[in-house]
Amino acid sequence: MTAVGTVPVAAEAAKPATMAQALRRAMRDAMAEDPSVHVLGEDVGTLGGVFRITDGLAAEFGDERCTDTPLAEAGILGAAVGMAMYGLRPVVEMQFDAFAYPSFEQLISHVAKMRNRTRGAMPLPITVRVPYGGGIGGVEHHSDSSEAYYMATPGLHVVTPATVDDAYGLLRAAIASDDPVIFLEPKRLYWSKAQWSQDAPTEVEPIGRAVVRRPGRSATLITYGPSVPVCLEAAEAAQEEGWDLEVVDLRSLVPFDDETVAASVRRTGRAVVVHESAGFGGPGGEIAARVTERCFHHLEAPVLRVAGFDIPYPPPMLERHHLPGVDRVLDAVARLQWETES
Amino acid sequence: MKKSSTSVQELPAAAAYRPTPPPAWRPRTDPAPLLPDPEPYRVLGTDAAAGAEPALLLRLYTELVRGRRYNTQATALTKQGRLAVYPSSTGQEACEVAAALVLRAEDWLFPSYRDTLAAVARGLDPVQALTLLRGDWHTGYDPYEHRVAPLSTPLATQLPHAVGLAHAARLKGDDVVALALVGDGGTSEGDFHEALNFAAVWRAPVVFLVQNNGFAISVPLAKQSAAPSLAHKAVGYGMPGRLVDGNDAVAVHTVLGEAMARARRGEGPTLVEAVTYRVDSHTNADDATRYRDAEEVETWRAHDPIRLLEHELTRRGLLDEAGIAEAAEAAERMAARLRDRMNAEPALDPADLFAHVYAERTPQLREQEALLRAELDASAGEGAGEAR
Ligand SMILES: Cc1ncc(C[n+]2csc(CCOP(=O)(O)OP(=O)(O)O)c2C)c(N)n1
Repeated sequence: MTAVGTVPVAAEAAKPATMAQALRRAMRDAMAEDPSVHVLGEDVGTLGGVFRITDGLAAEFGDERCTDTPLAEAGILGAAVGMAMYGLRPVVEMQFDAFAYPSFEQLISHVAKMRNRTRGAMPLPITVRVPYGGGIGGVEHHSDSSEAYYMATPGLHVVTPATVDDAYGLLRAAIASDDPVIFLEPKRLYWSKAQWSQDAPTEVEPIGRAVVRRPGRSATLITYGPSVPVCLEAAEAAQEEGWDLEVVDLRSLVPFDDETVAASVRRTGRAVVVHESAGFGGPGGEIAARVTERCFHHLEAPVLRVAGFDIPYPPPMLERHHLPGVDRVLDAVARLQWETES
Repeated sequence: MKKSSTSVQELPAAAAYRPTPPPAWRPRTDPAPLLPDPEPYRVLGTDAAAGAEPALLLRLYTELVRGRRYNTQATALTKQGRLAVYPSSTGQEACEVAAALVLRAEDWLFPSYRDTLAAVARGLDPVQALTLLRGDWHTGYDPYEHRVAPLSTPLATQLPHAVGLAHAARLKGDDVVALALVGDGGTSEGDFHEALNFAAVWRAPVVFLVQNNGFAISVPLAKQSAAPSLAHKAVGYGMPGRLVDGNDAVAVHTVLGEAMARARRGEGPTLVEAVTYRVDSHTNADDATRYRDAEEVETWRAHDPIRLLEHELTRRGLLDEAGIAEAAEAAERMAARLRDRMNAEPALDPADLFAHVYAERTPQLREQEALLRAELDASAGEGAGEAR
């Protein structure tokens, strides 16, 4: 598993209350500790980003450390490649999921491959922050879940936090990583405080570890990012039906924590993968295959997937029909071939 | 290259080893005629205004007044939660209206997400034009009905489409010109560059209109481009660039008209930069006070496109108090109708989610549709209705 080492957390850090604040704090602390960390993107300076995640960074560090770029995603990421070649640690903001697509040429042809092409001589420590996913009533092109494209590209780390603590810790780890990291921010959790734990993190874990968010014995819900709160809610509701569900938050899609996931499924014998991006060709297929390969003899039922429909992200007035909610998760759990039934 | 044995001191004179370069080294086109005039073209307030047709002036005026009212009504609808978001074009109506009025029925408009008004002035149903922003569907109209491409949210991506369509029309022998709209920020995108280059190389009958309203969300033009003007960019592609006062509806109409005629004559594309200003925030959700000062906005308000035209019309005796009131009333009636219709709940069918992904539903989509139907039936059983 790729480790990026342990990063100490600024001791005086006031505890951020929302994911948005935690992300901002992570960039701020990283910039304060390491002058090679630069933030760049559209509207990240004076405005502080359209989600205000970079608010105050330009004021504190100047506009050469937090730079409003021209409106050109390929240019932003391509420039970040050059900056990283010359020893900087660029943190790039893509304004929305679907507006990152112009940068895919740079991402796939260069960002993901540079270390490999140069036999390790030219690593690219770039963090690409992408607000992603739906549920905020955005018009088209503002709600894509693009993680499958990133996952399908060897050479990229793909990370997505679901809690305030992880937003801070994972972003610190991403910026400290010597490899490119696609940092997917579930935008509908930006202002949620619900997942906030009471103890401030004292150190940042390396990228690549999943965590059990809720222990349980009947089945495992394997999920990440915006679907984590949905699964936790489903697990609460499932108790009434007599199911004791374990919830595994992947946190990192690449590298994938086979151990934590397989250990959980071996304990429970049943698994449902939950995510909101399209199911066909989506992350769930890969995850289900891995689980099956490792846990076949422990499985009491096929690994099921609950995903968004295989459609372009719908208009906001219909998105609630598309997004996997608690009921759809529970329906899948019900289909897990329980001996007590039928 | 072989290393020369000649030492530095013994180098021959430049003329001896650098003969005249081959002809391909010379510019292929004289760049001078392609260069924009340094001053944006203006009609209103100049002698040229006398030559403007009264009918055109009045038509532009009515549309400007309606357009302004449309913008304020749509913004009001966001406050009532009837519209998810609205990027107002207040201050830019002259560009929007001129873009619509310069097109003939067979021409095409390729708008960006801010150009609802151009689409409506082209004849689109105002409610259908707003469905993208209301959130009931991505494009609420049939693009072929009025020859208006879907409003494009990813910036500058519609520009190559305009080039391709115009090119195809010419291949088929049709007399069609495409007019593509883009903002100042959008000119930084790779798609802008590629579209202009294709258009020039293919001599496609297409006109690019950049509405330079000073900002891309919070980013001012100075941080967007170091070009002398955005119109200057045309020269590098080998097409003419024109600068026009974007608040002067007559000037925009004239410059666009000339560019359209040029395209129609088979002389290729033109890049027009209209210099204007975004008076409202980027959208209703944005707070422009974070990045610009009120004084600047006030200066531009004084250069208001409606006032400029109104002044010319009253000066020439083509418009009086009664005429102004009449235009305002017509705009008010339009707004009231829009309000009423937007207050009606849109009829939504969740099956639409699966209806248009492919020409025919895949087996997987049929399965998923059945799943959703079952869910909806179950929840209908619990008494939950299908509202917005
Ligand atoms: C490819 C792409 N990147 C980013 C965005 C997000 N975005 C929407 S509008 C906007 C600013 C556009 O500015 P400009 O092109 O000047 O047009 P204006 O809004 O001023 O009309 C941005 C960055 C987008 N829609 N598409």
